[in-house]
Amino acid sequence: MGINVDLTVVWAFIIAFAVFMYVVMDGFDLGIGILFPSFKVGDERDQAMNSIAPVWDGNETWLVLGGGGLFAAFPLAYGVVLTATYPLIIAMLLGLVFRGVAFEFRWRDPRHRALWDIAFSLGSFIAAFAQGVTLGAILQGVQVENQAYAGGWLDWLTPFSLLTGAGVVIGYALLGAAWLIWKVEGSAEAHARRLALWAGAGTLVAMAAVSAATPFLQFEYWKRWFDMPGVLATAQVPLLTAIVAVLFFRKLRGGATAAPFLLALALFALGFAGLGISLFPYIVPDSITIWDAAAPERSQIFMLVGTAIIMPVILAYTGWAYWVFRGKVGTHGYH
Amino acid sequence: MFDGLDALLLARIQFGFTVSFHFIFPAFSIGLASYLMVLEGLWLKTGRDIYLDLFRYWVKIFAIAFAMGVVSGIVMSYQFGTNWSVFSTKAGPVIGPLMAYEVLTAFFLEAGFLGVMLFGMSKVGKGLHFAATCMVALGTFISAFWILSVNSWMQTPTGFEMSPDGRFLPGESWLAIIFNPSFPYRLVHTVIAAYLTTAFVVGAVGAWHLLRDRANLHARKMFSMAMWMAAIVAPIQIFAGDMHGLNTLEHQPAKVMAMEGHYESHPDGAPLILFGIPNSAEKRIDYAVEVPKASSLILKHDLNAPLAGLDTIPDDREPPVPVIFWSFRVMVGIGFAMLGLGLWSLVARMRKRLYDWSWLHRAAVLMGPSGFVAVIAGWITTEVGRQPYTVYGHMLTAQSASPLAAPAVAASLIAFVIVYFAVFGAGAWYILHLMHKPAGPDESEPEHMPVRTAGITPAPAIATGAE
Repeated sequence: MGINVDLTVVWAFIIAFAVFMYVVMDGFDLGIGILFPSFKVGDERDQAMNSIAPVWDGNETWLVLGGGGLFAAFPLAYGVVLTATYPLIIAMLLGLVFRGVAFEFRWRDPRHRALWDIAFSLGSFIAAFAQGVTLGAILQGVQVENQAYAGGWLDWLTPFSLLTGAGVVIGYALLGAAWLIWKVEGSAEAHARRLALWAGAGTLVAMAAVSAATPFLQFEYWKRWFDMPGVLATAQVPLLTAIVAVLFFRKLRGGATAAPFLLALALFALGFAGLGISLFPYIVPDSITIWDAAAPERSQIFMLVGTAIIMPVILAYTGWAYWVFRGKVGTHGYH
Repeated sequence: MFDGLDALLLARIQFGFTVSFHFIFPAFSIGLASYLMVLEGLWLKTGRDIYLDLFRYWVKIFAIAFAMGVVSGIVMSYQFGTNWSVFSTKAGPVIGPLMAYEVLTAFFLEAGFLGVMLFGMSKVGKGLHFAATCMVALGTFISAFWILSVNSWMQTPTGFEMSPDGRFLPGESWLAIIFNPSFPYRLVHTVIAAYLTTAFVVGAVGAWHLLRDRANLHARKMFSMAMWMAAIVAPIQIFAGDMHGLNTLEHQPAKVMAMEGHYESHPDGAPLILFGIPNSAEKRIDYAVEVPKASSLILKHDLNAPLAGLDTIPDDREPPVPVIFWSFRVMVGIGFAMLGLGLWSLVARMRKRLYDWSWLHRAAVLMGPSGFVAVIAGWITTEVGRQPYTVYGHMLTAQSASPLAAPAVAASLIAFVIVYFAVFGAGAWYILHLMHKPAGPDESEPEHMPVRTAGITPAPAIATGAE
């Protein structure tokens, strides 16, 4: 077809983009769920809930795109990874069921609101933790034979994957707290600011711990990070992370409202770039590369045409929906 | 509890369970989104408050149903990989892109505009709000388009090539894949089913409140609109279903044989078996009540046309007859009951007694959930009728499942059953609770609901319409 661009790489970046969008967008509303029990019943919780009620559904759609896109662009990886992490994916899905319905149910049933608040928090925590453990499970590799998963159903359970699980929970809590600083008022905002401080510190510790452990796992992570001359590029990631972290704490203490959230996003982008450096070009480390897993060119082209046209439109109306609900939510909802 | 069940059977039960639950919500929300669009459009056109009241009444119910549809739908999008990884790996190049298009063109559209539709009327004004409602309704339809294209391709696969390692690869034209032979029929039949399902729910709610207060104008409006739908759309649906059946006879004859209960071939005119007890062991229908040659008349438009039976199909390629035989009769029976109610309402309307005949109202209440039963029955007919294949004629269900241990699938199945019954049971209860309250003038949200008081209570932008 005379195409010079490697469509498989293009698709790897599109899927990575979808996953990143999911992680930061559902990240902040899962994070609010994780932090929810620490907010006071009544005004504080209602504000927190209101700040995400109009957008959570759109945020979660990125998860469907990540999964559906992986299915379409890298069917082999979709089959292998989801089978290898079966209990985690099921736990995540059930967690998302609980938290998703809680948005509506808690208003519908004031007598059982406490129960749905617990469902919201617990569901958010389980979904976040399962996603983090899944990340660890992929990084540490899964057993593949004859293009299929060949391990047991609890192979993913290791100290490393539990570490990444905890890391993602803390990271989402940071996004949630930073989002609330931007969107809520009064005692809820002050509380969110305190939480962001702790979650920010925790996120950095978790990032450092995962970064320290990853190169020693196995595979070629070490080489990808530390070989010359690549190290000149890869070294920018921890450097930028340090700069963003310092800025984050300064803005947080300085009383800024939007900056902490935007800097938390930057922190996630850097962490995500780091993961990309570790993994690329593998989807399943050392056994399945993006080219092994890729759908045929006809499938890639067909989807690329649609994605190129539709994705900008999606970003535009998603941006518009956020714009409609801009500013502080206020105690009495939007006005 | 699961002794003797293998991972394959457990995975099939799990898929059937989760998709049956899921199907209930879109079957309702596709129709309800369009109904809300019509209500808001009528409000904008006529300025009559009753339409806004009804919009507000039903949008609360829509929000709950939609949330349940979303969370149960996310489960579906991952089940292909978790439980059917071999199928996903092999058929992914063909059906994966269709599902990706569903996400891109439908899910984002629905989700992106839902927030504005639910909470944004006072923020964006009437016109934009109506546009958002239309986008949500359009999104539900586009979603049905893609997922039914995928489903139809699995029933009547076309436009693909087989790779040496047994994968399905797209052929020259994607149109041949998307518009595979059964797709147009399935799309029409399923979308009409969703509209009818919603119409009967709306009609039942209207009838319920008419039984308590015949003068309730809001209940009258709902009931009248729903009964028009029943009277006009039910006959169209029966016709569309017949066309779909003829299409199935052409492409999946074994499914029609099972639906009809034709274990044996009939060289000179096949009987229409109305009822009977399928006997799989003896391969016959016991206690059959049949109309001679009528099946040939319906399927071939010729009393004496020969019709092949399941005796022409190898035993290990036959779908299970009893399930399909019964689910098909349930679906068809409900279809005719819907037609009956529609005609009854026409008679009542002509005699100007639409709001007075309490037996008509009782029947409408009874028929409220009938659409859901018919939709599930129809789905069982077509999906079980596809067995023993996932991709009809090309890939066996037994060769499609993930290499998972039975305990893992058993544990997840138990978890899904418990969680779905608890969560969606609660959701159904909340919906019934909302339906139990009559719609009235100045319909708004109860107090202490910050989110809603924000969006849909009187505010400057809509004050003219509301007060």
